[in-house]
Amino acid sequence: MFTLKLNTPLGKKEILKLKAGDFVELSGTVFTARDKAHEFLLKNKFPKIKNKIIYHCGPIVKQKGKKFEIVSAGPTTSSRMNSYTPALISKYSIPAIIGKAGMDDNVKKALKGKAVYFAAIGGLGAKYAKCITQVKSVYKKEFGMPEAIWELGIKDFPLVVGMDAKGKSIFK
Amino acid sequence: MSSLKNQIFNLLENTACSLPTDVENSLKKSASKSKGNERKVLNEILENVQIARDEKVPICQDTGTVIFFVTYNPKKHNEEFLRKEINSAVREATEKSILRPNSVDSLTDKNLGNIPEIHFMQGKKLKIDLLLKGGGSENCARIYKLPNSDLKAERNFDGVKKCVIDTVEKAQGKGCPPYVVGVAIGGSVSSTAFESKKQLMRKLNDKNKNKKLNDFENSLLKEINKLKIGAMGFGGSETALAVKVSTLPRHPASYVIAVSLSCWCDRRCSL
Repeated sequence: MFTLKLNTPLGKKEILKLKAGDFVELSGTVFTARDKAHEFLLKNKFPKIKNKIIYHCGPIVKQKGKKFEIVSAGPTTSSRMNSYTPALISKYSIPAIIGKAGMDDNVKKALKGKAVYFAAIGGLGAKYAKCITQVKSVYKKEFGMPEAIWELGIKDFPLVVGMDAKGKSIFK
Repeated sequence: MSSLKNQIFNLLENTACSLPTDVENSLKKSASKSKGNERKVLNEILENVQIARDEKVPICQDTGTVIFFVTYNPKKHNEEFLRKEINSAVREATEKSILRPNSVDSLTDKNLGNIPEIHFMQGKKLKIDLLLKGGGSENCARIYKLPNSDLKAERNFDGVKKCVIDTVEKAQGKGCPPYVVGVAIGGSVSSTAFESKKQLMRKLNDKNKNKKLNDFENSLLKEINKLKIGAMGFGGSETALAVKVSTLPRHPASYVIAVSLSCWCDRRCSL
């Protein structure tokens, strides 16, 4: 159903080819970040996310011994991260953002020529959790479960290109 | 017979993991009416609902603000006991990853786990209704005081309609449409907001007993679906599943309108 397969790291050519409205399946590594994590990432140095994909998500995570297991992990509303995002893209060369319901014109400008915004389908916590194969690491756990930065291995994550690198958007 | 706490725990698990049948049926109807990408999105949603039910995992990772509406007979129960049982069940559900820890201390910013919102009412029999209210759609709720010159909304049903359309138009896809829309007319700012949220507890296929309100609900639903926001805001005809309207007596000087939105994942259940 989501025919175009993509793997991280995304190449610049690949990014520029993506068009708003394309249905894709993404595999590789992503880092979750919500409001609090964005503030932290901008105030501090966190080289681990250089060139990495950001996922606007606050998952439910189960701890089994030392291991973590993702129980439910759909997207959160991206517009809350509007004000942080242009600076984040430029500071860490973020190639793609995954979230819900699109972002504002300043983000659209920041994406131009170098990055894309993938729209995940809101509420698909159970389905997206099934596409998460591994919890690679967790940072800033003291922020609380939803606000921590979770490094996740994903396989065939169903997404729609919401805003492309040419300034086109599927959102109003 | 299991303890009340265990029954409340089961209620929490069912509500988080299993979408009410009427909501699921309404989504199926929307999927069958829709085309192209919107249909793809709605089918993904329905598949997700099935996975969550089969595997007993939360449908959405945002298990919301935990809101209880408790009716109890004061001759049989007291609030302190009921509150203790509810808090204990909520704690267990949070520990067992049925609920995401969703309560943040607004002063210290520390995550507190889950502090449920409990509304007590006295009645003959014990009845516990639960609403898991997602944050994305909650952020899209609005209050209006009519007349409103920006919307050219006067103190009549046409004015109310303008408020409801304004709320949904501004929400776009942020609150996870197709929405369930709860509207309250009258009351005061606090009671109106509460009344509009209570509308989200109604079965989607129920009929408003008041004919004027029933017709109004139907006409609002038609108008909202003309906005073409569509499932998840990707464009399409399925912007709302249902609209539910209620009225409260108002102060002669006031004409308050509250519009509450629920995401498609309208999670509610009763014990």
